[in-house]
Amino acid sequence: MLPPGLHIPDGFLSTPISLAAWVIAIVVLALAVRFADRDLDERAVPLMGVMAAFIFAAQMMNFPVAGGTSGHMVGGALAAILLGPWAAIIVLTAVVALQALLFQDGGLVVMGANILNMGIITVLLATLIYRVCRPFALGNAAALGIAFVAAWITVEASAIATALQLAASGTSPLEVVFPAMVSVHALIGIGEGLITAAALGFVLATRPDLVPRPAAATR
Amino acid sequence: MGRTRGLLLAGILISAVFAVSTAWLASGEPDGLERVAEDHEFIDTAKVPGYEILPDYTIPGIENEVLSTALAGIAGVVIVAGLTYGFGQVLRRRATPGG
Repeated sequence: MLPPGLHIPDGFLSTPISLAAWVIAIVVLALAVRFADRDLDERAVPLMGVMAAFIFAAQMMNFPVAGGTSGHMVGGALAAILLGPWAAIIVLTAVVALQALLFQDGGLVVMGANILNMGIITVLLATLIYRVCRPFALGNAAALGIAFVAAWITVEASAIATALQLAASGTSPLEVVFPAMVSVHALIGIGEGLITAAALGFVLATRPDLVPRPAAATR
Repeated sequence: MGRTRGLLLAGILISAVFAVSTAWLASGEPDGLERVAEDHEFIDTAKVPGYEILPDYTIPGIENEVLSTALAGIAGVVIVAGLTYGFGQVLRRRATPGG
């Protein structure tokens, strides 16, 4: 019996791939701990706690997509936009680690891969997209649109990373697992984009001071 | 400080309500990775965890599934928020000594 909200369980990835993912995850996490204080003003620390709580809850909320399949939010893009990359990586790592340790969602040997795929790749990519799109994020609607696109892309990137790791582990051939993961997560990414935009819109409506203004930074 | 504490409490409350509502609303269908693993027949390579604390987002011993998931969700929200907030405070104190 596997949990409904399935992260990579132990057994899906080979030992070398699991170890390689752990090494990358630990190095990036060390960088995050080193540099996070750049992002941390007085408001940021409570926001980190709230973000972790919200992403944990949102990851429990599996929404149906086509064909008897569900998906759940990852939250990397939302955290990256609101907290900056380093604090966001710490938040996502805390969520993924707690899910594995306490809720048996995601394996322990492969936890490095789950942290890498859901907590690091998503955050760094969303940060990059949001910064590149900075000149175009002139109003709230544009900012929400960019957040939607960034969220969708990060889910696909996370799915592609997982597919590559599964293939490299010899679990499933790349020509099978790659298109399968990409196509199902194209749908799940729409859910991620909608929730990300809705959550960002909620924060913009209630506490706009908490949202870093990409447009303002360029003026 | 009052606004900050308000933000923390409101955010955790919203998250807790969200987590509790998953007990009714969350889809029980297999998620993306699980669907792919079933369709392409590598689901059986998954190992059963060597131990269980709150498996499947439930609290063992609570028979009512909705109640069990709701309480597990609240526990997760509170624990992860507390851990992350605490860790963030440590990082911030390191960054601004005496502040």
